[in-house]
Amino acid sequence: MVFKRRLKLFVVAGIALIAAGNSSSASVFNPETFMLKNGMQVVVIPNHRVPVVTHMVWYKVGSADEQEGESGIAHFLEHLMFKGTKTLGNGEFSRILAKNGGQQNAFTSTDYTAYFQNVAADRLEMVMRMEADRMTNLVLTKKDVVTEREVVLEERRSRTGNNPGALLREQANAALFLNYPYRRPIIGWEHEIRSLDYDRVIKFYRRWYAPNNAILVVAGDITAKKLKPLAEKYYGTIPAAKPIVRNRAEEPPHNAARQVVLKDRRVRQQSWSRTYLAPSYKFGNRNHAYALEVLVEYLGAGATSPLFRSLVMKQRIAVGAGAYYSPGELGPSRFGFYASPKPGVSIGKLKNALMAEVAKLLKGGIDKGEINRAKQRLLDEAVYARDSAGAGARVLGSALAIGMTIKDVETWPERISAVTMAEVNAALADVVNDRRSVTAILLPEKSTKKKSPKKGAMK
Amino acid sequence: MRYILGTALLILSFAAPAQAVKVEEIKTDKGLTAWLVRDTTNPIISIRFSFKGGSALDPTGKEGLAELVASTLDEGAGKWDSRVFQRQMEDLSVQLRFDAGRDSFGGRLKTLRKNRMAAFNLLRAAVTKPRFDEEPVARIRGQLLAGLRQEAEDPGSVAGKTLMKTLFPKHPYGRPGSGTIESIAAITQEDLNNFVKRRLARNNLVVGIVGDISMKEAAAFLSETFGALPETATPWTLPDVVAAAAGKTIIVEKPVPQSSIMYAHEGIKRDDPDFFTAFLLNHILGGGSFTSRLYQNIREKRGLVYSISSYLHSMDWAALIAGSGGTANARVGETVTLLRKEFNRIAKDGITKTELSEAKTFQTGSFTLRFTSSGRIAGMLVWMQLWNRGIDYFDRRNALIEAVTLKDANRVAKKFLNGDKLTVVVVGQPKGLKASQ
Repeated sequence: MVFKRRLKLFVVAGIALIAAGNSSSASVFNPETFMLKNGMQVVVIPNHRVPVVTHMVWYKVGSADEQEGESGIAHFLEHLMFKGTKTLGNGEFSRILAKNGGQQNAFTSTDYTAYFQNVAADRLEMVMRMEADRMTNLVLTKKDVVTEREVVLEERRSRTGNNPGALLREQANAALFLNYPYRRPIIGWEHEIRSLDYDRVIKFYRRWYAPNNAILVVAGDITAKKLKPLAEKYYGTIPAAKPIVRNRAEEPPHNAARQVVLKDRRVRQQSWSRTYLAPSYKFGNRNHAYALEVLVEYLGAGATSPLFRSLVMKQRIAVGAGAYYSPGELGPSRFGFYASPKPGVSIGKLKNALMAEVAKLLKGGIDKGEINRAKQRLLDEAVYARDSAGAGARVLGSALAIGMTIKDVETWPERISAVTMAEVNAALADVVNDRRSVTAILLPEKSTKKKSPKKGAMK
Repeated sequence: MRYILGTALLILSFAAPAQAVKVEEIKTDKGLTAWLVRDTTNPIISIRFSFKGGSALDPTGKEGLAELVASTLDEGAGKWDSRVFQRQMEDLSVQLRFDAGRDSFGGRLKTLRKNRMAAFNLLRAAVTKPRFDEEPVARIRGQLLAGLRQEAEDPGSVAGKTLMKTLFPKHPYGRPGSGTIESIAAITQEDLNNFVKRRLARNNLVVGIVGDISMKEAAAFLSETFGALPETATPWTLPDVVAAAAGKTIIVEKPVPQSSIMYAHEGIKRDDPDFFTAFLLNHILGGGSFTSRLYQNIREKRGLVYSISSYLHSMDWAALIAGSGGTANARVGETVTLLRKEFNRIAKDGITKTELSEAKTFQTGSFTLRFTSSGRIAGMLVWMQLWNRGIDYFDRRNALIEAVTLKDANRVAKKFLNGDKLTVVVVGQPKGLKASQ
């Protein structure tokens, strides 16, 4: 099927909640929170619809915290966390959980690593015991590391190596960030994954995995009152590590527009995108983050987006066009435009048409009515978020992991409601700066004809 | 209007405080039926519905018709052109979309309670008076073609299509539901109109409704939205079919670092008395993610793959056990050998008592985890009706799992699983593997 609406990037506060319609009453997640003595924050989001819980532990470490030369180690450790501990054999956590009807997985981002289980509420204590155990008691063998490294290399091949679009995104990212560690792929560069060994992984684990660098989030059929003694028993007894500091290399001024072109003989559908360095909730001109969220809801939202309407519907030169932005980053974010041409339409023509629309927007072409509509859609979306059992845990966990506060999340609807036309115009004008951009183009490689051996050259 | 009410209670057992979810049946005098779970937790209504008969019924040479209809029904209907229709959806935050499966044509609607009447009007217009105007049809056709071009780049998609074509060379299941460049281009506006006239009717429709809506409101919705559809769809039938090419290995050359592997052999139909036994066997073999034999022996012990899994693919006219994996070209031979070996091992030696009991406690214990959003519950209500599982299925389901014995499991494993009969498709530049003649 055709996805007409760009899937919303689940931006951190982007699905915070509000009573339908207006901005006056916020705080619909209504989380409860408390701190353990060792510095581990605990967040509880009660939801008693079904007797299940989502249990998540978030570590404030991601690929952007890795040392030079060790790209992929945060994600590699995430894989290895499913091996044994001092008291549980290899894979036993998964087996015990499954036997109890639970599901689990984990994910690594640039700024955090998170582990989660979904399980019947009366099995929560068992899950907490095992998750707390592996925070500091992981036991690996060298063989585990070598074997799992092969798995990660296969993961990289399937996500990136087998996909020309993903290869291009990786290159574009490395070109956009000149110095900030977001330039590295989360999964790591292949040659560096190969160099990750037992000693490096254990060192990384000891450095970053500690209660004072972790957040516990439990959502579902639970209350803070019930959770607190369990959290104290299992997580509260783990000694705090020395204070953990995240040091990130800073981005120098950007002085030149960049362009990356990938020609690959696998490519059948061409594409074009231009990505700009942008502020996030935690970086740069933060006030612009909310205005850009509203703007991208307007520009990126399918058949009523002016970019889509012009390129796809009126001029009929593209099969898709829109914009993207996601402010939930600890460091600088990205704002971009994209389009995919119809067959026979040149990338140059496509780019000119899209940038002509952007130029109109910059010259006061943003429609106030459309901005108000976009704001309303964002507020409505917040109501839908309440329908999903795990959404609150993901939103709050990722927000806290990048140093936002619960209040930041709970007041998100007010911030969105308060965005003005002047702010939207200023944010767009500020972000669209070619010197801070990378243009990425995906093209088919012309079939290099297999030359028949020259006459006389045959032996 | 007249309603006939039927009720079943879903007891979410396992967790100590049992909670009941009530499934109610609504029937209207026009023969329409819906199952309803009322849940007023949030001011949201989720509706899923399905018309039996899917892309397998696309006329020859027009493959992708159901898909094109699914993507254009919300592009203008009645007095609203595409822009006005889409604009209303956006302004009211109504989520409406359609999707074409092999055996059914489905739709889903999600709306805030306060916008429900407008949302229902949009849905009614879409299914009864779609316009198929030139611009949106051309646009969506272009997007589907772009999608096909992208699929042609993706080894997994190529493997999936090749596998189905190989298994069902003379049956509609062997054709791609998303069509081909040629067939998508060949579809006319008349084809789209005929599809709606012939396939969307009251007698092949099932509906599931979940959320903040009363029985009476739901009944009115049902009547007013779908009441204007024709009474019957054009009758259809397809022959039952058994998977062909058992034991064959097919290689499609592609310049990629990792080969995509897809495999299948004949499966067990969902109305077979051994279905739940096969369901548990599949869980042990390759369905239960981190604990399955395929995962443990191919990924955990040897690091050959990132993902490897199997699943039961039960269709109206055929059944498969199928699965997929991916590994570096150099290791394909070893991976496929191990895959066949695991199928043969479980057939020959059976499973252990512990494996069976752990598969059962996972399946019964995790059932509650499926009830995590109104849309998912509505989806289950539709699926239960399509598969004739009965309105009390939520109550009976765990007992069906519990009833499977070790003797059953090993009997069915022997008859059902056979590594030598797997049809294996590999897309890439595999080493250590020979294609069948």
